[in-house]
Amino acid sequence: MKSAVIVFPGSNCDRDLAVAFEAVSGSRPAMVWHRETELPDGLDLIGVPGGFSYGDYLRSGAMAARSPVMQAVAQAAARGTFVLGICNGFQVLTETGLLPGALMRNAGTHFVCRDVALTVDNSQSAFTSRYGAGEQISFPVAHHDGNYFADVQTLDRLEQEGRVAFRYAESVNGSARNIAGILNDAGNVLGMMPHPERVIEKAHGGTDGRRLFEGLVESLMAKA
Amino acid sequence: MKARVFVTLKSGVLDPQGKAIQHALEGLGFGGVNDVRAGKLIELELADGTSDADIDAMCQKLLANTVIENYRIETVA
Repeated sequence: MKSAVIVFPGSNCDRDLAVAFEAVSGSRPAMVWHRETELPDGLDLIGVPGGFSYGDYLRSGAMAARSPVMQAVAQAAARGTFVLGICNGFQVLTETGLLPGALMRNAGTHFVCRDVALTVDNSQSAFTSRYGAGEQISFPVAHHDGNYFADVQTLDRLEQEGRVAFRYAESVNGSARNIAGILNDAGNVLGMMPHPERVIEKAHGGTDGRRLFEGLVESLMAKA
Repeated sequence: MKARVFVTLKSGVLDPQGKAIQHALEGLGFGGVNDVRAGKLIELELADGTSDADIDAMCQKLLANTVIENYRIETVA
């Protein structure tokens, strides 16, 4: 499996995401700086990591979404390359238009940094195939702008099309319909606020995130 | 020339910062603050002759996220 992790100024989960990709696939991802206009050839998977790209200036993810490398990411996504955006990466993907809606300031205005309970809404996607439908899992969150917003028609469509991957099983940030992660219509782009890459080893205090990466590698191998 | 771009949250979009400001004002003893909406003011110094269409494109492409925000442009000669 050939993967890459995008690095913006202010990214801080890029190395954690690279470790997770390598742990399940055995191959080290390319780290791609935001100024690059082209991605390495033949990528199967692109990670857009968490952090505070460009200091969250203007809006979280707004500047990163307009960086040269994101045009290449959008083109790769259109060709079917898998894209996983976590936390700030989710914000970047909505700002890029690869996923619908927007992530707004948490309803309680506070930065939320703790483990939260999630339910797996769609266990059929390439990202969630190792989970059971409705299974409850625990991932850490660490964000200020995780309050998912989209208009009612978009929310209805996401639900009808099975594009809600994860929901919060508790009150976290005011997200519409408790949405924690969504898929694009083709199913090859996932954006989520919680951090699966922070729970892949027992030493992390949990391993619920590992199955996301394992399922993804399995799906990519099956596709190849 | 100068342009001022006012970016505001669309009505119907919850504004947690506005709510926090409202509560802070109430805490300071100011009565009758019925609602607060917080937005952004972006001032642009532009080459003379920059077209309205160009400024509008700047708003559409970067300055505002039209999923959640409205914008209003004021040009000053």
